[in-house]
Amino acid sequence: MSEYILCFALFCIGLYGVLRKRNIIKIIIGLGIIEYAVNLFFVLIGYRTHGRAPILAKDQVILNMVDPLPQALVLTSIVISLAVTALIVAIAIRIYEKYGTFDITKIRRLRG
Amino acid sequence: MELQLLLLFMVFAAIIAVQIEDLLSSVIAVGAVGLGLSLVFLILKAPDLAITQLVVEILCLIILIRATINKDLPLVRDGRWLFNTASTLLFIAFFLTFAYFALKELPSFGQPIMRVAQEYIDKGLGKTGATNIVASIILDFRGYDTLGEATVLFTAVMGVLAVIRRVGRINEE
Amino acid sequence: MKNKEAGMTLIVKTITRLTVGLILLYGIYIVLHGHISPGGGFAGGVIIALSFIHLMLAFGREVALRKLSQARTSILESLGALMFLSIALLGFLGGYFFFNFFLQKGEPFALFSAGIIPLCNIAISLKVGAGLFAIFAVLVLFKGLGEKE
Repeated sequence: MSEYILCFALFCIGLYGVLRKRNIIKIIIGLGIIEYAVNLFFVLIGYRTHGRAPILAKDQVILNMVDPLPQALVLTSIVISLAVTALIVAIAIRIYEKYGTFDITKIRRLRG
Repeated sequence: MELQLLLLFMVFAAIIAVQIEDLLSSVIAVGAVGLGLSLVFLILKAPDLAITQLVVEILCLIILIRATINKDLPLVRDGRWLFNTASTLLFIAFFLTFAYFALKELPSFGQPIMRVAQEYIDKGLGKTGATNIVASIILDFRGYDTLGEATVLFTAVMGVLAVIRRVGRINEE
Repeated sequence: MKNKEAGMTLIVKTITRLTVGLILLYGIYIVLHGHISPGGGFAGGVIIALSFIHLMLAFGREVALRKLSQARTSILESLGALMFLSIALLGFLGGYFFFNFFLQKGEPFALFSAGIIPLCNIAISLKVGAGLFAIFAVLVLFKGLGEKE
């Protein structure tokens, strides 16, 4: 139970970073921390005490494996989070070029 | 025991990453969170995920450091700072209360309910011939999800190449 | 001006020359053994992209782009995506989408076993590796933003 509480605390720290910071890079960092917390929660759900990794061995019959299904889902999620971070950083670099600052309270001119 | 210590280290590094003013230090702190996560995946018996998280974390750090070569902002406390911070903390406390009531319904840590996964483990070697069960799940039993993920990556690459272009620079002096 | 030399110092360049081939070889090993030991297409593809990015960081943009130009990167990425789609469509030979159409699966723990899974791993690693290298090659394009005043 305490592991779940720590995982939610990580999520809340990332949420605070997204909501309250003025610098765009701090918002990107908060988003990254939220993604780590969500992936961690998925893998925590599928853990079995004294389990073994889901890979078969040549000369043993393994009876207690951890759950392989959340691991398969999280594998694609990790690579997708990298792609999203790259796209957001590209947009932030473009915003710096156009407005000269990273401050989100000064980026207000929505021109077409 | 090691699991709780590593999670506590990750929480401290995340607090440092969000609060520090210097941008380069906070990017390094996010790197520490990611490396701690890779170790946690190894403790939770998921070697595929540990390898992938490690290399993806390195690439993410390189891209983030590229974005922080510009100067960072000084801390300014304009009006209504107290109200904003208090309402955010109130919202987070509210969220944590509801999360605690929901967490009681989950199966306790260490005894998962494996209904579909038991089928994959028993019949995986016979039907696909691969000994890595996670690879056989993502490429044979659930190949559609991998196709969707390849599409998302393609779209993200096209988006980056479209956003950064030489045409249309406004400040030319 | 002396400080406009591309790339990093001499120590970094020497170490890069020694290790960049080994990193590429390690990435190919993780992709090919994806169905026997942990790893797979995604991790191997990112490692292959990291070896080219290492070359670009240590030697400057021109040297790395001479080894793998931007047009060739786009072709490789599209090739990876098309290969993955065609493997999926060929499953129609057996009945439905994504069917594992090799009827004999080989024996476990051998390198040539498990039907279409190694081919899918190779296609995905091509796509992921080339895509990430293309992203990085474009992001380094605007260097010197901070010195433009």
